[in-house]
This record gives sequence, C-alpha cells and structure tokens, in this order.
Amino acid sequence: MLNFTIKQLAVELAARRLSSVEVTGFFIKRIKGLGKVFNAFISVDEERSLSAARAADVLLRQGKGCTLTGIPFAHKDIFCAQGWRTTCGSKMLSNFVAPYDAHVIERFNTAGAVIAGKTNMDEFAMGSSNETSYFGPVRNPWNTAAVPGGSSGGSAAAVAARLVPAATGTDTGGSIRQPAALTGVCGIKPTYGVVSRYGMIAFASSLDQAGPFARTAEDLALMLNTMAGFDARDSTSLERKTEDYTRDLSKPVRGLRIGLPSEFFADGVASDVARAVDAAITEFRKLGCETVEVRLPNMKLSVPVYYVLAPAEASSNLSRYDGVRYGHRAPEYVDLVDMYKKSRAQGFGAEVKRRILIGTYVLSHGYYDAYYIKAQKLRRLIAQDFTDAFTKCDVIMGPTSPSTAFNIGEKAGDPVQMYLSDIYTIAVNLAGLPGMSIPAGFGDTNLPVGLQLIGNYFDEARMLNLAHQYQQATDWHVRMPEGLEEP
Amino acid sequence: MALTLDDVNRIAHLARIEVEPHEAEQVLLQLSGIFGLIEEMRAVNTDGVEPMAHAQDLTLRLRADEVADTDQHRLFQTIAPQVENDLYLVPKVIE
Repeated sequence: MLNFTIKQLAVELAARRLSSVEVTGFFIKRIKGLGKVFNAFISVDEERSLSAARAADVLLRQGKGCTLTGIPFAHKDIFCAQGWRTTCGSKMLSNFVAPYDAHVIERFNTAGAVIAGKTNMDEFAMGSSNETSYFGPVRNPWNTAAVPGGSSGGSAAAVAARLVPAATGTDTGGSIRQPAALTGVCGIKPTYGVVSRYGMIAFASSLDQAGPFARTAEDLALMLNTMAGFDARDSTSLERKTEDYTRDLSKPVRGLRIGLPSEFFADGVASDVARAVDAAITEFRKLGCETVEVRLPNMKLSVPVYYVLAPAEASSNLSRYDGVRYGHRAPEYVDLVDMYKKSRAQGFGAEVKRRILIGTYVLSHGYYDAYYIKAQKLRRLIAQDFTDAFTKCDVIMGPTSPSTAFNIGEKAGDPVQMYLSDIYTIAVNLAGLPGMSIPAGFGDTNLPVGLQLIGNYFDEARMLNLAHQYQQATDWHVRMPEGLEEP
Repeated sequence: MALTLDDVNRIAHLARIEVEPHEAEQVLLQLSGIFGLIEEMRAVNTDGVEPMAHAQDLTLRLRADEVADTDQHRLFQTIAPQVENDLYLVPKVIE
C-alpha cells in the first residue's frame, strides 16, 4: 500500500480489496510514528479521520464512490476545515478552529475523500524553507538536516515520505513547485483563477493559487479534476467549462515545442541541477519534442517586483488579525491601539512582521508611485515576456529551483538570500500562468532535482500530458528516500 | 534611498505592530537589505507601461442584491477572544 498511487488505491477501494478504514489507518499510523521525525503535520485527529473513512466505506459499499472516495489526503494548514484547528503556521491562529470549510475542502469532502491531517507550513505561507513556522521547521525526508522547501513544506515532505498518497498546497511565489522539487515529488500550480480560494487564508491575493502534490502527473490530474471549478464566493474564480485534466495524458508529445529560456540556464543555477535538467530535456527530445530558445529578459526583475507587490497585499490582508474577532489577543495592554500593537507583535513571527512592514512602507504616502505602481508596471513587462515566448513554443522548461535542498539554518538569517531561492518560480505567479515541478533526477549530494514546466494560460492538460509521458519513460518519480518502509 | 530608525518606527505604528526600541536596529538592518534588492527595479524605464494589478483582466461580477448568507454570529463568536451579549469586547475607545 505504501507506494500505491491515487489511481491504484481507487481501483483497490472500488474492487473492495481494501477499505478506506484500512487505508486511512495505515497512513495515520505512519503520520503518528515516522511522521514525527519530519514534523510535517500540525494537526492530526485520528478519530475524525477514521469516522470519515467509515462514511466513505458506506458509499463504496453502495457503489456510490468516485475516484477520490475513501482516499486520505493531507491539507496544508492554510485551508479552513470545519472542526479542525487551522493555524496557517502562526501563533496568531494557534487556537483557531475553523467554523466553515474552504471550497477546496468542500470539494474533497463531497468526493468522499478523507482528511488525514493538516500540514506544517511557513507562517502565513511566507517563506521558502518551512523554517518560519511557529510549529518548528519541517525536515526533508531525503536528508533530515535539509529543508523541504516552502511554504508548503509539510505537504511536500508528507508525500515524499509516503505519510499520505497526496496532499494540497498553495503557491504565491513558488510555494508548491519549490518544495515539490526539493523533496522529489510532483506539484502543479494551476492558472490563476482556476481553483477557488474561498476559505484559503489570504497572503497576496493577486498571486495566491491552490494546487495538488502527488507522486505522479496522473494523480495531479485526478486531484485537479476535483479542485478546479467556478465558485461565486471567490471574486477571482473564473467561469469556465469543466475540464477533464486526464483527457490528454496518453497523447503522444511528438512535435511539441519546448521553449528553453536562456535566463534559466545562466550563472545562477548550480551545476548539478543544470545537469539533471539538461538530461530531462534530452529525454523529451527522445520523445519527439523539439526545443527552441526563448528569452525572458525581464525575469531577473521578478524577485524585486514580487517583494513589493506580495508584501503590499499581505499588509492589507493581514490587517484583519487585530485580536478582536479571533486569533491571539495580548494578555495585557493599556488601550485599543496598544492592544492591536501588542497582539500583532506577539502573534506574528519575524518574517511575517518584516513583510507587513515592507508592505506598509511601499503603500504609504509619498512612496506608492515609486514602489507599488512601478512594480505593477514591471509586472506587465514580465507577463509580456511570457506572451512573446509562447508565440514560439508550447511549453517552457527549466529548473524549478537554482539548487537542491539547502540545510536548515543555512539561509534563515539572510532574508535576501532566501528570497533569491525563488528566482525561477516567482515570474510565473506574476504572470498568472500555470507552473509545475516534477522529479528529474538527483544532484551531487543525492538530493532531488525538480524540472519546471510552465504552460500558457489554461494549458494544464498539456503540461500534465508532457509530465505523464516523461514518467512513462523514466523512473525518477518512483524513487523513495531510504529507511521509510517501516511505520 | 536609505531607511532610518524614524521610518521603522513610523511604519511600525502604521502597521500597528509594536517594535521595541532594542529591536528597531535589527529591523532597520534587515529592511535595508531587502530595499537594496527592491531598488534594482527602479533603474528600469517603464514610461508608458500600463500598471498590471491582476493576472487576468477581470471585471468584478455583480449579483442580485439578495441575502445569500444566514446569520451565524453565535458560531463565529465562539472563537472570539472576548464576547458579551453577542458583542465583541474591546478596550474603551471613547471616554
């Protein structure tokens, strides 16, 4: 059962060779045992999970199940799930029990899926290493001294360590793709607007998007079928025809044009990462794809632009945490303003405070045009680069991250170095395009390397097709960290 | 443009986050590093470029002006720090 995909589990459950109670029990046992080593989970509620599993077994017995029925999924602790503590990795929300379900959770529940637990994450999704969590860092299953990436580090580590078959995450500047790369699993951030953010705790609303983590492209497609779709409760949710993201998985990829941006293969990338990515591209050529060089000349500006726009939006979104309606309230204060200031100073960690301060500054009187509007203009230039590139190619490929997983503590004291680790992922969020990372080999220290696929708007099915065909020809995605067989 | 301690204290007040005097130096140092990175973008000419606020050119949907939600204030107030008579309690604002 350890290495079953969602696809395989669905077959076993439908044939009643396995029950959801057995599958859920098996993975919860791993989460509660082995899982502690990686600190991948913030909340586990075995009774609640098993009760959902029993309900799923009833559906399956009645023949009313669908693909995800009875399968346990871990959810990033950014999604509100009724009755579950939902912390967003913060002391601010450490006692927050969600009074309602996020759209994504609702969709999984409707499908009869089981919530296996809530995963650890960087506080309010601000971080690239999972070290900013109030609940402590997550450890990489390939090497526990290394970070799993962030901000969805708990979800990525949980899938890599086979604590769950699959998980959900969110991606504002790379928070699905970078941890997927660093832990050797698959993750996709769909086109902005495809998955509703209702009930997903907001960080930077013009960039945030939810997506799945799994071990195969096929499983990502199955999850996306459940997660995607219009929801009137998110004003950015797009009204589009329902798609079957599995429809093109088996299509031949011969003749597809892969754009290789020279900016992705310049000085910044570690040589072992570049080697693995080159080998992956060679594999796609063997599958009949063509490669063309493309340019993304403004990509280098994506990090500074992001660190104006995302903090600006965060400073506004996080103003709701004031100690009045929910969340942490300081035990002592002299008046209302002092209550706000102390509650927020105590409830937020250092990185969150830093970003709120940056955002407040760039939006403040006299600086708005120089920073915020300037960044929005550059955002258009960055997006335009992709539009130009997609006139010459069907998909863009390159590294997901400039290096394999770095060590815990290595970059924690230097925010700028940490921010630069997202150099290849951020531009995709600024443009609102779909992006994906799949395992593509290992670096010099035997840590996983991720290959990034960037598609044109709404081209998820084609990206999943390319990834699936690659996974038919290679076996990087089935590799597993050592010593994880026993729970 | 260099940030000063006064800037740090001013924006901390605007953001309603208490920054203790002994923390302010460290905050200044880290924010200055980040603004060093941000300054790179100011060298690029963006004359005539339309600012991009959003990934899709969306217009906000309108809906009929009808009640769509039920009153759940009791449920929502179960997680509030301090409530009395269905009201959220805060320190006295007006004398």
